[in-house]
Amino acid sequence: MLHVSNLGCARGGVAVLNAVSFDLTAGQALVLRGPNGIGKTTLLRTLAGLQPALCGDVTMPEDSAAYASHADGIKTALTVTENLTFWAAVYGLKLTPDVLDRFDLADLRDRQGGTLSAGQKRRLGLARLAVIGRKILFLDEPTVSLDTGSVAMFARWLQNDHLGQGGIAIIATHIDLGIDAPALDLTPFKSAPGTGGGSDEAFL
Amino acid sequence: MSWTRPVLPWSFALAGAFLVTGLVWGFFFTPDDFRQGSTVKIIYLHVPSALMAINAWIMMLVASLVWVVRRHHVSALAARAAAPVGVVMTLIALFTGGIWGQPMWGTYWAWDPRLTSFLILFLFYLGYIALWEAIEDSDTAADLTAVLCIVGSIFAILSRYAVHFWNQGLHQGSSLSLDAEQNVADVFYYPLLVCIAGFILLFIALVLMRTRTEIRARRIKALQARGRHA
Amino acid sequence: MIALLKRDLALALRAGGGFGLGLAFFLIVVVLVPFGVGPEADILSRIAPGILWVGALLAALLSLDRIFALDFEDGSLALLATSPLPLEAAGMVKAAAHWITTGLPLTLAAPLFGFLLHMQSTAYPYLLISLLIGTPALSMIGTFGAALTVGLRRGGLLLSLLVLPLYVPTLLFGAEAVRRGAAGLDATSALVLQAGITAGCFAILPFATAAVLRINLR
Repeated sequence: MLHVSNLGCARGGVAVLNAVSFDLTAGQALVLRGPNGIGKTTLLRTLAGLQPALCGDVTMPEDSAAYASHADGIKTALTVTENLTFWAAVYGLKLTPDVLDRFDLADLRDRQGGTLSAGQKRRLGLARLAVIGRKILFLDEPTVSLDTGSVAMFARWLQNDHLGQGGIAIIATHIDLGIDAPALDLTPFKSAPGTGGGSDEAFL
Repeated sequence: MSWTRPVLPWSFALAGAFLVTGLVWGFFFTPDDFRQGSTVKIIYLHVPSALMAINAWIMMLVASLVWVVRRHHVSALAARAAAPVGVVMTLIALFTGGIWGQPMWGTYWAWDPRLTSFLILFLFYLGYIALWEAIEDSDTAADLTAVLCIVGSIFAILSRYAVHFWNQGLHQGSSLSLDAEQNVADVFYYPLLVCIAGFILLFIALVLMRTRTEIRARRIKALQARGRHA
Repeated sequence: MIALLKRDLALALRAGGGFGLGLAFFLIVVVLVPFGVGPEADILSRIAPGILWVGALLAALLSLDRIFALDFEDGSLALLATSPLPLEAAGMVKAAAHWITTGLPLTLAAPLFGFLLHMQSTAYPYLLISLLIGTPALSMIGTFGAALTVGLRRGGLLLSLLVLPLYVPTLLFGAEAVRRGAAGLDATSALVLQAGITAGCFAILPFATAAVLRINLR
């Protein structure tokens, strides 16, 4: 369902990753690993279409992917329910109440986004993924500022309700989520200096 | 880059030769105009600089389009290099216009459509240059300024016609502008052509030189990035 | 699209000041002008159309940098860019929300301020109509400018420098229409040209806005 071949991507005009290839079918997840700065975020942003690839191909069904960044995109002046309803509406869906329970947000439903703690905000950001009903998820450090209980809760949702329903996830994370997914270390794909044509390279 | 190295000194030399010839011819070997006296001779600076102020923007527009369509890096840098030259041409045109306007119209500045259009063009140049300077990533800067240049061109043309409309409304029928190109006789015309050629060559030489500098700066950045990467 | 419009309007209302600030600024400009030029009614009534249009334009300028900045900072802009809503539509909706929160209140308040400046009574309908068809263009052009400068930390001043030259045609036709109205002349041609510019802005600038946003999100 998600097919990536020979992908190269750049950050700030400098090539960072080269010849990344993998295939994922329905129900599979992939955990991206590697030291800071190796290009996990860059790869996810490239896959999500936020930045152009230097080379290579990404094929996936149209209108099936969603992206979650470090920032949650939560509006501080809107309540938890309003935040989720908005994202559901953008994707042409309705908010189902069970999502709030699943992410332990039911008690917070009428609190404004600005009054939530960092961990609560993160839970709200992750609940967005359950609301928008997308099959392919690109998740950048989804568990930052979550406590162990919340991490387990998110892992459970990912395993049972997303992957179990035929979804796909690519996750950049440094911790063990405890889900059934192979890890891909990006270190071997690091671009050699001077290869791959970043923006300034064109002048040499 | 390679072909510009031998071209550059020649274009400077030719520009100098044309400018000196044209200006000396125009200033000292043409008769005074029967209406305007010797003040008319500022035409040899005013008209070429005004012409190049517009042409520089058109060149930037073309270079921006080339960058957007073909992603040719040098064209983005050429657009960047041309902007300060264009802004100086605009300033020369505005200042010489003011100096010419004082004896002819009795004022350094009037809100005549032509003058106003040039002032607006000056503002467009300023915005374009400021945007280039504000953005750190050079590809992002090239993309954004290209879009600004294209959108700005549309609005510059709109402004030109809007200004004509507006001034007509202010003082009906009266026009302060003297259309120089239609009025000049041959004695003035030939040195003017030489001066225009000189300005064009000077513009080419300056843009070439600035583009070469920009290319070198980008090379240094690329080498530094390589050094960090290694 | 409706969801985004509703969200932006709710945010503008709740964050407070979205409505009020521009209006208050407009009022202050109108109040300061007589201090600057003197209280003579005939001078004020002569310059009233220009003051009102320039004041409305500056008031609209005031809130432009907020159109995308907050969404960019909290990450919702990147999430919107990867959502099924086209960025072109998002740009148009953002401009519409900006117009409803600034352009529309300014338009409705302008006749009141015209009264303060002793504007000719024949000019009022033209003031209302020209602001009504002109301010949407100000919002759309401003949205484009805000998209251009969204990635910059101190983009506010640059935004004004980029946007103000683009405002020239709208301002010229708008103020001209009101001035002709004040002089008892027919201002239809100015209004038609202004409407044309507004229509052109909405035809072209959503695409430029989306292109620029995509570049800034890279």
